[in-house]
Amino acid sequence: MNRRHFLFASAAATAGLALPFGRDGWITRAAESDASHKRLVVIFLRGAVDGLSVVVPYGDDSYYGARRSIALKPPGRDGGVLDLDGHFGLHPALAPLMTPWRGGSLAFVQACGSPDPTRSHFDAQLYMENGTPGRGATADGWLNRLLAALPGPRGPTQALSFGPQMPRILSGPQIVANIALGQAAEKPLAVDRPGVSEAFAQLYGGDDKMSRAFQQGMAARQQMAADMSAQNSAMMSDDREQMAANNGAPLPQGFPDDAARLARMMRQDPSIRVAFLALGGWDTHIGQGNAEGQLANRLKPLGEGLSKLVTGLGPSFQDTLIVVMSEFGRTVHENGNGGTDHGHGTVMWLLGGDVIGGKVHGAWPGLAEDRLYQQRDLAVTSDFRAILGPAVSRHLHLPEGTASALFPGAPNVTGGGAPVLIRA
Amino acid sequence: MMLRTCVLVASVTFFGLRVSAQEVTTPLMLPPAAMTMNGARHALDRLTFGPRPGEIQVVHDIGVNRWIALQLSPQSIPEPAALTQALAALPDTQRSDADLYKQEVMLRRDKSDDGQAERKEFTKNITQQVMTAHFDRALLTDRQLQEVLTNFWFNHFNVFLNKGFDHVWVGNYENEAIRPYVLGNFRTLLEATARHPAMLFYLDNWQNSAPGSRGAKGKEDGLNENYAREVMELHTMGTLGGADGGYTQKDVTELARILTGWGLRTRPERGSFRGDVRKPDFTFAFDASRHDYGDKQFLGFTIKGQGWQEVEQALSILATHPATAKHLSYQLAQYFVADQPPQALVDRMAETWVKTRGDLSAVMRTLLESPEFWAPEAASNKYKTPFEYVVSSLRATGVTPSDPQPLFGQLRQLGQPIYGIETPDGYKQVEAAWLNPDAMARRLSFATALGSGRLGKDQVSIDQAGLRSTLGQTLAPQTEKALAAGDPRLKTTLLLGSPDFMYR
Repeated sequence: MNRRHFLFASAAATAGLALPFGRDGWITRAAESDASHKRLVVIFLRGAVDGLSVVVPYGDDSYYGARRSIALKPPGRDGGVLDLDGHFGLHPALAPLMTPWRGGSLAFVQACGSPDPTRSHFDAQLYMENGTPGRGATADGWLNRLLAALPGPRGPTQALSFGPQMPRILSGPQIVANIALGQAAEKPLAVDRPGVSEAFAQLYGGDDKMSRAFQQGMAARQQMAADMSAQNSAMMSDDREQMAANNGAPLPQGFPDDAARLARMMRQDPSIRVAFLALGGWDTHIGQGNAEGQLANRLKPLGEGLSKLVTGLGPSFQDTLIVVMSEFGRTVHENGNGGTDHGHGTVMWLLGGDVIGGKVHGAWPGLAEDRLYQQRDLAVTSDFRAILGPAVSRHLHLPEGTASALFPGAPNVTGGGAPVLIRA
Repeated sequence: MMLRTCVLVASVTFFGLRVSAQEVTTPLMLPPAAMTMNGARHALDRLTFGPRPGEIQVVHDIGVNRWIALQLSPQSIPEPAALTQALAALPDTQRSDADLYKQEVMLRRDKSDDGQAERKEFTKNITQQVMTAHFDRALLTDRQLQEVLTNFWFNHFNVFLNKGFDHVWVGNYENEAIRPYVLGNFRTLLEATARHPAMLFYLDNWQNSAPGSRGAKGKEDGLNENYAREVMELHTMGTLGGADGGYTQKDVTELARILTGWGLRTRPERGSFRGDVRKPDFTFAFDASRHDYGDKQFLGFTIKGQGWQEVEQALSILATHPATAKHLSYQLAQYFVADQPPQALVDRMAETWVKTRGDLSAVMRTLLESPEFWAPEAASNKYKTPFEYVVSSLRATGVTPSDPQPLFGQLRQLGQPIYGIETPDGYKQVEAAWLNPDAMARRLSFATALGSGRLGKDQVSIDQAGLRSTLGQTLAPQTEKALAAGDPRLKTTLLLGSPDFMYR
């Protein structure tokens, strides 16, 4: 066993903090309900991914005319897309995802997005995270509201966010742990030392927001230290070396390692119900590339990471729903610099054991000039809330009516008219 | 690498006393609450990177109103020798953007192993130097308000160190496009950023070209609206006015047309240049051959097609637009007063903005003379960002690290690497972004290391009484209680990790 991990685990275990949560208690109760095995992972592509280059409408008559240098070739050609259904094809950099696609556990919703017209990354992300398009004032995120609705007991690692800032989507009163990206996640901190953590437990023993953050942070560290020390002994040594080699790599290049880490943690710790990870680098205004180039270089580690997440989850994949989303899409026509500017509709990805996969869902509005949103963008035919509300509710066995609490004010959020994506 | 000694600051020389004879500005009209010890602490908390030992008393004795007036006139404040020496040891930070670019390109051309190794070394070196300069200024300058504002406006006009060439330009950008203008007119600041290669490259406008124009070729044959959108959405008008913030997609496209050809001199033979025509590659240049000479309709104005003058007109419209006045007054008030700033204050600042056509010094005066700034509920209500937390802890303990590199790693772990945010909206300045479980554990670990006298490779000693003096007269009851009950060896750690120290 790695000594560092041992120190971390034992320090946290002996810290003697009076913490309100216990792992064992959770596991005992978890077994009581089948629904409590169900998990949700959301991966947010910040910067607006070009959905037309992910699920490529190579069969649309207008596609090649709109994209002089960045279009992807039809299936069967050198650098061509991987055929999905005779009309759409997958970006070749995402080849590892053809396995779940063929296995029927990967679905896409094309022309998905927000009803709000903004082309501001920051406003659009905010709306997709707080779940109320057009309303910035909503204080909490829909994943945090989801935690409130989840049946079953609460644990310090019920929700995991990767990265040093708490994203809006998880902000709110429910407990969320956050964990560093890369290998820093596994390093012990000075605050884990018994004397130190006791002193701070005295200082932050109250019920104010800082005390709560401290208590939740320490409880989550204790839980994760236990998880990691357990998994560490089981972990393949080449895995460890690879993780070390990629330490500090920029996203999404580091995603495969973080995805593998997430999978191990989820497998080890059944109390993790929700996880969130954001990847940047999709704002391809110049030199987007096609089968190769900037976008391909970002998609490749994303595909690899998702693939690692699927295999790493093992049998728990059957109980997991993985959603990949982005704030909006990009212009149908490429711009003057071999890139694309801010657009509207994009593609949402759903991956999981109960996903009705092997299918590109959603009404295809087409790329003919008169079909475009404001004469320039892919129209939105599926409101992201009408996809996620029913899919998440069904997958997590949420009580009736929860979807409208996740996305207050959304029309059709109970699923009327929207494609059904999750097997009953 | 520069050599510095780890010092315990036993005595601090205060500029305020040295320059009192040559005061150049009128003292501010402040409410009586401002002129107290609590007022001095509040002023230091908000207008500096944190008080140093004994400094609250000194500012109180100078008079908070006079001290702020001096801070609003940074040129009147001499810089301490410690800073000038530290900066002198960072020669690459004084070089011009063109000079740095030329070296980078030269190194890129050499594909040999040695050449690539040299380029790697250059990248590492310049990155360390600009980060160190940025850090040292925050830590050591006596022109603290100017530096706080430099951080604020840099973040507002953010560029990212790791995009393309920007690592060679980012320091120059801060020194030449931001710092000189933070208390000047906003229009000047806006144009300085609009013309700097760091920004032109970061938001892609250097390639923005009129489709089919004479100079448009290959990858530069068409509009790129990235900068046009962000300059409206982030730099000026904002989206407070609703989904489209008082402007439409049409305005974005029209501004992109106006900005065609506003870019970088990528080839010596190209175009006509505004600015110094003798300057070599990749300095600011206007390329007429890629400009769209048609008329434009922008925010209700007709802008006649005539070249770079259109950009000047558009920047003037944006800089003085009422939406800009409101958006940026809000942001300043959010940074200096409260995460949810009082609307009445924002309105008065915006009024000053409109009346003075964006005089940032006047807007700051409105802010600093407001009852809202000095209200009891505004005291210690701003949760420090990681950068503010780390720098203020060093100032409060009187520690100057011999090598700040380990601190840059700390800042990365805390979520705020220097020049390290990829997106143009910059770092968030509100508590909701920074107060979370992992951040608490990491901050407290930093407090533990520093509190026990360890800072990277340095062993430092900390003046506990001095540190205590930076926290003002009273501590939160929970802090007093924990200090009384805790291990005496952890006192400094607890003070640095206390809620009192997490807020400014």
